[in-house]
Amino acid sequence: MFESPIREPLILGRKTYQQITTDLASPILSPASWKWYVTTAFTAMLMFAGFAAIGYTIWVGIGTWGLNKTVGWAFDITNFVFWIGIGHAGTLISAILLLFRQRWRMAINRAAEAMTIFAVICAGLFPIIHMGRPWLLFWFLPIPNTHGPLWVNFNSPLLWDVFAISTYFTISLLFWYTGLIPDLAMVRDRAKPGSFAYYAYSILSFGWTGSAKQWQRFEAVSLVLAGLSTPLVLSVHSIVSFDFATSILPGWHTTIFPPYFVAGAIFSGFGMVLTLMIITREVLNLKDYITIEHIDAMAKVTLATGMMVGFAYATEFFIAWYSGSYWERYIFLNRAFGPYWWSYWAMVSCNLLIPQVFWFKKLRRSPWFVFIISIFVNIGMWFERFVIIVTSLHRDFLASSWRMYAPTWVEVTILVGSFGLFLTLYLLFARYLPVIAAAETKSILKTSGDQYAGISWEAYRARKQQPAPSPVLHPAMDPDAPHS
Amino acid sequence: MAKYLVGLYNDEEKLLAAVTAFQQERIPIHEVCTPFPVHGLDQALGLRKSRLPDAAFVYGALGTLTALSMQIYMYTIDWPTNIGGKSSLPFPSFIPITFELTVLFAGVLMFLSYLYVNRLYPGRRARVYDRRQTDDSMVIAIADERDWEAAKRLFQKTGAFEMKIVEL
Repeated sequence: MFESPIREPLILGRKTYQQITTDLASPILSPASWKWYVTTAFTAMLMFAGFAAIGYTIWVGIGTWGLNKTVGWAFDITNFVFWIGIGHAGTLISAILLLFRQRWRMAINRAAEAMTIFAVICAGLFPIIHMGRPWLLFWFLPIPNTHGPLWVNFNSPLLWDVFAISTYFTISLLFWYTGLIPDLAMVRDRAKPGSFAYYAYSILSFGWTGSAKQWQRFEAVSLVLAGLSTPLVLSVHSIVSFDFATSILPGWHTTIFPPYFVAGAIFSGFGMVLTLMIITREVLNLKDYITIEHIDAMAKVTLATGMMVGFAYATEFFIAWYSGSYWERYIFLNRAFGPYWWSYWAMVSCNLLIPQVFWFKKLRRSPWFVFIISIFVNIGMWFERFVIIVTSLHRDFLASSWRMYAPTWVEVTILVGSFGLFLTLYLLFARYLPVIAAAETKSILKTSGDQYAGISWEAYRARKQQPAPSPVLHPAMDPDAPHS
Repeated sequence: MAKYLVGLYNDEEKLLAAVTAFQQERIPIHEVCTPFPVHGLDQALGLRKSRLPDAAFVYGALGTLTALSMQIYMYTIDWPTNIGGKSSLPFPSFIPITFELTVLFAGVLMFLSYLYVNRLYPGRRARVYDRRQTDDSMVIAIADERDWEAAKRLFQKTGAFEMKIVEL
């Protein structure tokens, strides 16, 4: 092995194995600060406000929303697609980056996967309440029934969605929990035997001991689940985009939708990961693990996917003109210059123009600046879904049924409530579970940190101006080494 | 209650060397526990490759068959519907659900098999030789009391930082 440091170590601060354990387990086992309680109480309040609005919707009916005959999908489906998109970064980071052997993912994959699961929970709420009569949810399931049995419609992308999202949620949860088991065992063994925490983490850790055979199977399962999740994550947002693309509505009936939606999902997911990670590393003091390098790398992914999304916007416009379809051309001009022009330009500026600042390395490496940009990304991606759904619907084929749409307080409260639910779940996660995959991080400590190879990173830095050191061959690789 | 002689290491290279030494001296190792996956440990211990990935393939194939037979039965055989004269056996429409169920079956059943073969379940008492084995120490446990004398010498020689007898 060549021992020449080429890049910054993945974990800073010259950690030992024990320090990693302490850094991750001690915040869980010590009492939370009052700030955590105040924040969680606030987000829980938002969550319950959202639940109340959902209850009101179910009690009174969908008429409490601003929908009308022309605009039948609006805020609700916007929120659904928005949250599903957020839920894509976690699996992308943990599965696709695992297959590509990007080891920097290890500091962020646990939290990003948790975020995925919570975002999918938020997303799952919306189609159910949009049904108006959620107690008939079982009509979506292919189960024998008294209507014939009349089966579900396998030609419908809405049914594919049911399968795709429930599969995605299940697999993400299992993948996440597989990785959590060894770390929960780590917390269990740090807790005082006989204490409540000890029993709780004993149950959660399933009796993990870390034997060689367990680890061997752990790695096999992780790799296969990653291999399964990679096409899965691409399929889920493709299928969500089929909800639109298989219709005949101008503005929706577009073959570019699957890749466009997947790029948008990765873009928005990374936006949300950046938002949450920058706060998490500050609050939980994890700056040695979630380093500036991580923020830099994620900002680059955001820039790249933002430009893919921007390219899709341009392609849509070009095809609308090139197709020669009168309706198609009108709907796109109406998007940009019609009554909802502000939402279109909010989308373009937040998703395409503002992320261009990430070309500058200085700005990518400034956490608070990246944080502000990530908020813009979140807003922009919400508007993208609003633009696709509402502007395409509000002026349909019959000019007499053209209508404007505005949300009511009920819809706005449900959206705020979904943020409350998401943040409450995330805060509970950050308090009670290890936010960084400790075992995996320990396994890369030696290969990523030079403190184990005999030269400290600081010493290497100081030498950086001098000619590069000749690579040292590991005895096992050195053909001239005497055989022992 | 079984008794084990346990040696603790704080470096995975020392651990790997020790495991090799035990194998050469033909002292059977009961178990090796580490806080993180140590690469090359399964080869050093001569563990058989895990068959879980093969099982996952079978589970996935089961999912594919389930999805296809379910859709063909419901949509083509039991209640064929005529939608605009289109085929009641629309294979392209069956692809998304077939794919999703393949992944679902492979993932869920593989996870359950993983828990089963590792005997992991909620509430199981963890047989931990030393609490540091989930922190920063690697543990080699020797079960047979007749091997303990030789094992002690080997633990010292290979750089274990601690030795003790544990009852589990």
